[in-house]
Amino acid sequence: MKTMNNWLVALAVGSALTLTACDNSEQEKQTAGEEQNVAETKSPAAEKSANEQKEIVVYSSRKEHLIKPFFEQFTQETGIPVVYITDGAAPLISRLKAEGERSPADILMTVDAGNLWQATQEDILQPIESDVLENNIPESLQDPNNEWYGLTVRARTIVYSKDRVNPEELTTYEALGDEQWKGRLCLRTSKKVYNQSLVAMLIARHGEEKAQQIVEGWVGNLATAPFSNDTKVMNAIEAGACDVGIVNTYYFGRLEKENPEIPLALFWPNQDTSGVHVNISGAGITKHSSNVENATKLLEWLSSAEAQQMYAGHNMEYPANPEIKPVPEVEAWGSFKADDINLSKAGELQPQAVKVMDRAGYK
Amino acid sequence: MGAWLPAVLLSAVFAICIMPLIPLLASWGQVEGELWSHLWQTELPELFSNTLILIALVGSASFILGVSLAWLVVMYDFPGRSILQWGLMLPLAIPPYILAFVLLGFTDFGGPLQQFLFSIGLGIEWLPDMRNPLGVGLVFTLSLYPYVYLLMRSALQRKGRSSYESARTLGYSKAAAFWRLVIPLTRPAWVAGLALVLMETLADFGAVSIFNYNTFTTAVYKSWYGFYSHGTAAQLACLLLLFVSMAVIAEKWGRGKGRYEQSGAALKQYRQRLTGLWGVLAQVGAWSVFALGFILPVTQLLYWVVSSFDQHTEGTIDLLLNTVLLAILAATITLLVASIMVWAQRQKQTKSRSFMTEFSQLGYAMPGTVLAVGIMMALNGIDSWIADIMDDQSQWLATGLFALLLAYVIRFLRIGYGPLASSMGQIKPSVVETAGILGAGKRERLFRVYIPLLRPGVFTALLLVFVEVMKEMPATLILRTYGWDTLAVRIYELSAEGQWELTSLPAIMLVAVGIIPVILLIKKSDL
Repeated sequence: MKTMNNWLVALAVGSALTLTACDNSEQEKQTAGEEQNVAETKSPAAEKSANEQKEIVVYSSRKEHLIKPFFEQFTQETGIPVVYITDGAAPLISRLKAEGERSPADILMTVDAGNLWQATQEDILQPIESDVLENNIPESLQDPNNEWYGLTVRARTIVYSKDRVNPEELTTYEALGDEQWKGRLCLRTSKKVYNQSLVAMLIARHGEEKAQQIVEGWVGNLATAPFSNDTKVMNAIEAGACDVGIVNTYYFGRLEKENPEIPLALFWPNQDTSGVHVNISGAGITKHSSNVENATKLLEWLSSAEAQQMYAGHNMEYPANPEIKPVPEVEAWGSFKADDINLSKAGELQPQAVKVMDRAGYK
Repeated sequence: MGAWLPAVLLSAVFAICIMPLIPLLASWGQVEGELWSHLWQTELPELFSNTLILIALVGSASFILGVSLAWLVVMYDFPGRSILQWGLMLPLAIPPYILAFVLLGFTDFGGPLQQFLFSIGLGIEWLPDMRNPLGVGLVFTLSLYPYVYLLMRSALQRKGRSSYESARTLGYSKAAAFWRLVIPLTRPAWVAGLALVLMETLADFGAVSIFNYNTFTTAVYKSWYGFYSHGTAAQLACLLLLFVSMAVIAEKWGRGKGRYEQSGAALKQYRQRLTGLWGVLAQVGAWSVFALGFILPVTQLLYWVVSSFDQHTEGTIDLLLNTVLLAILAATITLLVASIMVWAQRQKQTKSRSFMTEFSQLGYAMPGTVLAVGIMMALNGIDSWIADIMDDQSQWLATGLFALLLAYVIRFLRIGYGPLASSMGQIKPSVVETAGILGAGKRERLFRVYIPLLRPGVFTALLLVFVEVMKEMPATLILRTYGWDTLAVRIYELSAEGQWELTSLPAIMLVAVGIIPVILLIKKSDL
């Protein structure tokens, strides 16, 4: 139906060859008009209800199938419509910056704290005032300045072949660079932000020089060139091309769901030292949002007990709200000690981490 | 006024088309020396060699495949020729980023090939690792060689065959007739085809990132995503454009004074029967290209569609409709813009006009994201200016479909302009003059001379732009507005997460719709 409208609008547009007048811009003109009306207030009650139902615009680098069901549910419960576009975090940040105060966006939603840190650096978010979020989300999973909050947690951990590796051989991320893993390690590309954040955390713990030695150790142990995604790393381990790898937990969850007999298992490293590297998907409210109230409502709702288990569970992640238990499949992987360094560090050190990986020859 | 109009319009087109370049060039105002020295020490040498290797591989392989296959189907008769001659065009409907994940998925650990090897008792050491320059080259060659094949085939039909036969009659050996006559005579065709192939290769991001093969495009993204350095990303993009400008100049030089196609209908074909060992080898070769470039990927996609049937997300039909609609709109506008350029060139050939025409088409070689960011920054710059004047902070240009359609037009103007210009080239000024002498007024000359004679070019241009817009991914991602997701957007979302099986449904739809214009193109080029 929506597409049908698109067709009609676009056909009208096409025939008139005036390309600016699309459904979207009309909407915006309307909302812009509403704002002006507010200034000359006539009937406050009517204005208020119009504003209460005002549509929330989300720019999301979290993929559509992971957000759509929840936005729909939110709309059902509150009557507030949510529209969104998805893209990589960097293009969305650039878009917000270029659009400036004219931006229609209210919320920026991304994966990886590095991206959220970058958004604060670009000055496109605003501090959120919400006791609900403050209560629901632990300190280490939020921006020191409250410009963003984590909503789900994922661990980047070690995965190994149950046939060829005794978990007692495994200890830490650092130790994957040791001689015993020569030709037995598989990794995803260093261009993925998850690996950049992991190395950023190594830099935070050990300093740049030591971190580079560790990464060089990994590169020396690689069984084959780095893969473009985590799933392929696990496929390679399953096929016997290598024995261990580093992946995000939910990718393992997806494979396990498809094939419960999969001969792979997760290992929680660094339990005696820094803890497992965790990262988040999270969101913040844009600096020029014209709909802060509703946007805050949506984020509060996503952090609530009601939404958390499903929202995280849908992608086999951990809820950011510590009161809420993960879904049973995720809980079955066991509990672990997580690295509690504040995640904005990952963003701060990311460029340095990329350089370290470049110098170590990690492609 | 009439005399000035084309020049004014052409200048406007030129200005709009180079608009996205301005933010790129402006980036040189701030150079992060420390980052550049890091890149120089670690990555740049690899980028240069990787890019050159890729261009050399894809260029030579596309030339060999495109020319030899066109030669085979034009000159020889063999069983299945009628299927192959259009079948060899079909890979054009499969964009490199789809072929990349399909081929990798096929040969990867746990893929069908490994399962087959396992079933006959062979281990993973027999599995070919495709993630190397040869594998990447194979993907680009298989999905792009049809450009060379298409243009070469019609060139051969028109003049290759007759000149070859004349040369043979005059006592040239077969090889000499081919290399010293046919190849130079058809140069405009294969050079134009190769230019398209190489520009697409240079601008690609999807396929190279699936292979984790570092090129200039991946470096642009890395500087942007990893180092948070817009400036360095833009500067790397400038270097890439420099590469491409050289290719444009090389094409101009290569095409010489010739045009894409000369007038004259093809002769009624007499084809030699293909015999002997070479004949068999040639046929096997041609069929393998068809199988690898089309049958295998489509089969693999269909297999994935079925095997993951219950997991597909809904709404794919909406995406399909959006895709088709955007492609139709963009193709129409591109054609209008291309007509302005052709018209201006026709009216008066000056250095400045041909310069503006040539450089308006540079967008084809810009990686989609680079182009999109340029457009976004430029439009928002204008918006903020308008907003200040009007005292209304809403979006004026950088909204709705305007930005996206603008990106499509700038990106694919080259594809639309080529066929139109070559059709125009075939209308000899004497024809128009004769019409004038016979008393045809302006209107009549337009409707009874130009439009009918331009129709084939218009048709080809529309179809080619349509196919390209459908396949476009990066600019669509960044410039679209909500409610306008396309098949390519969904393919990106799923394939970036390695969910290649789920990607199969939007991918097969994209291929299926892409085939229609490709078949129409083939029909049209059949004489």
